[in-house]
Amino acid sequence: MEFLAQIINGLSLGSIYALIALGYTMVYGICKMLNFAHGDIIMVGAYMLSVAMATLHFPPFLAILTSMVVCAALGVIIERVAYKPLRNASPLAVLITAIGVSYFLQSSALLIFGSTQRKVDAAINFPSIQLGELSISGNALITLIVTIILMVGLNWFINNTMTGKAMLAVSEDKGAAQLMGVNVNFTIAITFLIGSALAAVAGVLFISSYKYVGPYTGAMPGIKAFVAAVLGGIGSVPGAMLGGILLGLIESLAKAYISTQLADAIVFGVLIVVLLVKPTGLMGKKITEKV
Amino acid sequence: MALLKVENLQVFYGVIQAVKGISFEVNQGEIVALIGANGAGKTTVLHTITGLVPAKAGSITYNGVDLLKTPSHKIVAMGMAHVPEGRRIFQELTVLENLQMGAFTRRDKGEVAETLKMVYERFPRLEERKKQVAGTLSGGEQQMLAMGRALMSKPDIILMDEPSMGLSPLFVTEIFDIIQEINKAGTTVLIVEQNAKKVLSIADCAYVLETGNIIMDGPAQELLNNDSVKKAYLGE
Ligand SMILES: Nc1ncnc2c1ncn2[C@@H]1O[C@H](COP(=O)(O)OP(=O)(O)OP(=O)(O)O)[C@@H](O)[C@H]1O
Ligand SMILES: [Mg+2]
Repeated sequence: MEFLAQIINGLSLGSIYALIALGYTMVYGICKMLNFAHGDIIMVGAYMLSVAMATLHFPPFLAILTSMVVCAALGVIIERVAYKPLRNASPLAVLITAIGVSYFLQSSALLIFGSTQRKVDAAINFPSIQLGELSISGNALITLIVTIILMVGLNWFINNTMTGKAMLAVSEDKGAAQLMGVNVNFTIAITFLIGSALAAVAGVLFISSYKYVGPYTGAMPGIKAFVAAVLGGIGSVPGAMLGGILLGLIESLAKAYISTQLADAIVFGVLIVVLLVKPTGLMGKKITEKV
Repeated sequence: MALLKVENLQVFYGVIQAVKGISFEVNQGEIVALIGANGAGKTTVLHTITGLVPAKAGSITYNGVDLLKTPSHKIVAMGMAHVPEGRRIFQELTVLENLQMGAFTRRDKGEVAETLKMVYERFPRLEERKKQVAGTLSGGEQQMLAMGRALMSKPDIILMDEPSMGLSPLFVTEIFDIIQEINKAGTTVLIVEQNAKKVLSIADCAYVLETGNIIMDGPAQELLNNDSVKKAYLGE
């Protein structure tokens, strides 16, 4: 029973990683760049949620929506201002820029909100469910359900709409996609928009259990989600989902049954083993890029 | 008036000049061939027409519109399709999805469905394999898909870059037959080929490109009988 509860915790933590990993992997797929500022979008999302609820007194649902819209817009603006001018620059220049954007976001948060962590009232707060002896956290369950809905929706969008297919086409061959009439800049903007909105949702879910947000809140989940994306095969949307869930499970089970201190080491150990056996990640395709 | 008019076109890759001020025309209903050795600049010319490579100087006018000022993704909706060198089909999409991408800018679903039927009639192999992932098609099938994908936009003019590359002789003949059929059905064709003999036998007129310059042009039949063309490009 205890084991089952741990599994649900792991799935819930894993769904948050998966939501963030989707942004990493989609942007990588289409721009062949690692957007290291992606983790900080979670932090912005959490601050927005807090401001919307505590300062503007928005009801939770509206606050969540505000956070998503702000993050989506921020993602698009970051791409336009920081990455688009570097579309043909060396991968290293783009990587350094992404790290710069990450510091910029963290420093801006530091300036605006200060260094003390800010308490965030939970936007979602569901009671635990009692199943016999087993008590399942309502928030964990909701996190899982929301993530499943978003993933099914995203998969549907990518595979069944022309915009989704254009995203796949641009990922594969920008020039050929242009010849089909696809506006590459618009398609890339849409990708950042979706990835950042998903990160905002992840931020809301994350902060609902952690309760505090600071300028560096996004860093750790960001790194973990990046590991999840690589584990699943960077560039692969199903891979990010699988990688995120697996990572959450491994981390939770390691914390519960092996050692809290060693959990992260175990997570990275698994990553290394997987990459040794399958360098492209679990669901990754051939890697022809330079990064 | 020419449907497509290229004037004094110059294209550079960094400091290297690949196209050195060439001019040529394509008239409505014609098959125009661009022939020349490896590295002559043929692909560069086609890429500049559809905006994949920027021009340094000169002009490209299509239906009275300045293509050098038109973003690449807006060109297909103006009636110009491009079957690029190396086919560049979307390997991870299915055959059907590739064809749908060809009709990306067309909004009328009914008309698109009709075009799809036409493409399937011309390439029955594509219909048999419509659910197959395109990367698993044979080279010849990929060429059919690339052509089918271009036809899905219902183009007035189609640019083709070495459609015979890597195909067996039998298949080359089939592809050239199809190009002639497409042309007879009303589509203007600008074709780049290494296989000079084959392409001159179906083209109306041709331009010979050598290291970025047009060194000869004229009716295809004349070039086919020209001694220096015979020697340099027909291996006779
Ligand atoms: N992206 C590029 N960067 C630098 N130089 C290039 C690039 N693409 C082509 N070139 C050069 O421009 C010249 C013309 O190339 P292009 O591909 O247009 O030739 P081509 O006539 O199509 O040759 P082929 O018959 O081999 O396809 C060549 O010298 C080539 O090396
Ligand atoms: Mg070429």
